[in-house]
Amino acid sequence: MRELDLVIIGGGPAGLSAAKIAAESGLNSLIIERDYKVGGQLVKQTHMFFGSEKQYAKTRGIDIAKILVNDVLAYPDKVEIMTETTVVGLYKDNVLTLLQKEKYIKIKAKAIIIATGASEKFLAFENNDLPGIYGAGAVQTLMNVHGVLPSEEVVMVGSGNIGLIVSYQLIQAGVKVKAVLEAAPTIGGYKVHASKLKRLGVDILTSTSVKRAEGKDTLEKIIIAKLDKNWDYIPGTEEEIIVDALCISVGLSPLTSLLSMVEADMKFVNYLGGLVPVINHQHETSIKNIFVAGDVCGVEEASSAIVEGYFSGLIVAERLGYKHPNHEELYQDFEAQLENLRSGPFGEKTRLGLKELRGENNAE
Amino acid sequence: MLNKNGVPSLEEIKSRFPSEEFLNKPKAITECYENIPCNPCSTSCPFDAIYIGEDINTPPVVDFEKCTGCGVCVYNCPGLAIFTVQKKEDCLVFKIPYELVPYPEKGEIVNAINRNGDIIGECEIEKVSITNRQDRTALLQVKVAQELLYEFITVRRKL
Amino acid sequence: MRIKNHPILEFKKQSTINFTFDGKSVEGVSGDTIASALHNLGIRKLSHSIKDKRARGFYCAIGNCASCNMIVDGVPNVRTCVVLLEEGMAVETQENKGVLYERT
Repeated sequence: MRELDLVIIGGGPAGLSAAKIAAESGLNSLIIERDYKVGGQLVKQTHMFFGSEKQYAKTRGIDIAKILVNDVLAYPDKVEIMTETTVVGLYKDNVLTLLQKEKYIKIKAKAIIIATGASEKFLAFENNDLPGIYGAGAVQTLMNVHGVLPSEEVVMVGSGNIGLIVSYQLIQAGVKVKAVLEAAPTIGGYKVHASKLKRLGVDILTSTSVKRAEGKDTLEKIIIAKLDKNWDYIPGTEEEIIVDALCISVGLSPLTSLLSMVEADMKFVNYLGGLVPVINHQHETSIKNIFVAGDVCGVEEASSAIVEGYFSGLIVAERLGYKHPNHEELYQDFEAQLENLRSGPFGEKTRLGLKELRGENNAE
Repeated sequence: MLNKNGVPSLEEIKSRFPSEEFLNKPKAITECYENIPCNPCSTSCPFDAIYIGEDINTPPVVDFEKCTGCGVCVYNCPGLAIFTVQKKEDCLVFKIPYELVPYPEKGEIVNAINRNGDIIGECEIEKVSITNRQDRTALLQVKVAQELLYEFITVRRKL
Repeated sequence: MRIKNHPILEFKKQSTINFTFDGKSVEGVSGDTIASALHNLGIRKLSHSIKDKRARGFYCAIGNCASCNMIVDGVPNVRTCVVLLEEGMAVETQENKGVLYERT
């Protein structure tokens, strides 16, 4: 069995950033990625990022992916990457079972950073399993990575940043967005994204959701309806929209199954997207030497995932005896960046979620 | 209403404009109404005319004395929420960000669009620029009727 | 349907990849996943639910949801959204949970 220093599960923004700082510190790492390429969900983000320059603000996500990948490729002796490989087993003695094509591989690591990200949440409504009903992020992959359009017309469910951004990108790709539905009484994402859509003629319908889908073997139409204060459908408000593609963008939930496998302490924190590992300030879970970074420990923007990746890489390097030459300075800088990213009204959910996770008083 | 459909009120729009005498020269209008963590407009301004400060969640404040209306912030804004405007004798000249293809052409008459997505008249494309520095966000220079100062936001090509 | 003109992205013409879908000869391009190639051909029904045989299609695109699992070159439960298309692949709709197969 191969024994390694650091194994990073997930080659997205958090995993790549962790590997970079570990390599800078002199620590070798192995990144394991189940897709055929690294870069995570950045590879389909054609829009310019928010944040500050340290998190590559105003750079398009597709280009941030290239920067982060090149950052680790600069250390060919220190960072090894295995793609099309899925971690199917994780055990308390830090043994991992990998499935690569049809081959099982067993490895052991001194430390593990779990950076598996999150998956798109689903929505309950009649016939929600019809082909043609997609995760919004999946459609973004289909069109921006593979250049394939989902259909000629789309309805988006959810007006968070992903719903708004993907709607805009659908229009850029030549698709007509018939409407954006939002169950809440107000728009969820940044208003600058909403304004961008509205001026292109897209209506955002608040207090509205999809009630039923119809079609034989593939989506043909949807029935939408207004919601009352208790989020119940208001009878008589149903409307039919003929459309063959529906994108669901109602939030993400952390991909924590590997953490459950090692019986790490977990907590359900709605503000963070669902079940998340209980961690200390160093991003270490209740299992010694198993760390987490990025959306797996609370759903946020990619900017935060990058900084959390750097942060966990720094901590693990020190733990394994490879203290980064600028450790103290970087530690403070990464903490300050995270605090800054989370300090506004859009960071409130994360702030409340982290407090709840740590068992602190929820009153702000 | 901004938080219901993405359309700011006239009052909100006017709050982002300087008094009209400033507009004899081009000025940047930052239509950024929320506290979101973002500061490229400020860091990209060559004239140090946009202030955000330490907390990147603060909305930008433009120093209209310093602002030259150069348009650098227009294509650096990730929210496409900035444009420049100048009052000429017989018209307004806007510089707006544009990310749809095919681009309109110089001299083309296109529809003028308001923040609600409605057609509010016609306008003329004076210039289309797309340099490497702009990173795939085109800048359209558009000649617009004087009365549309607080209404015009973008263009739509006629089909 | 492929994107022809895009303000941000450039989709260069890629070489053709021939494969079969349920025995029929079809085409994709280099860089496609199995699922994106099928989608471009207008094939949206990729799988079935196990009990009620309800149609299943592309959903998550990150290899997580199992909605696009198909039989590829005899191997069942292949996550077609994260597997690149290869020349000569035999892609089939999976009607069951997947059965043991002979290694070739």
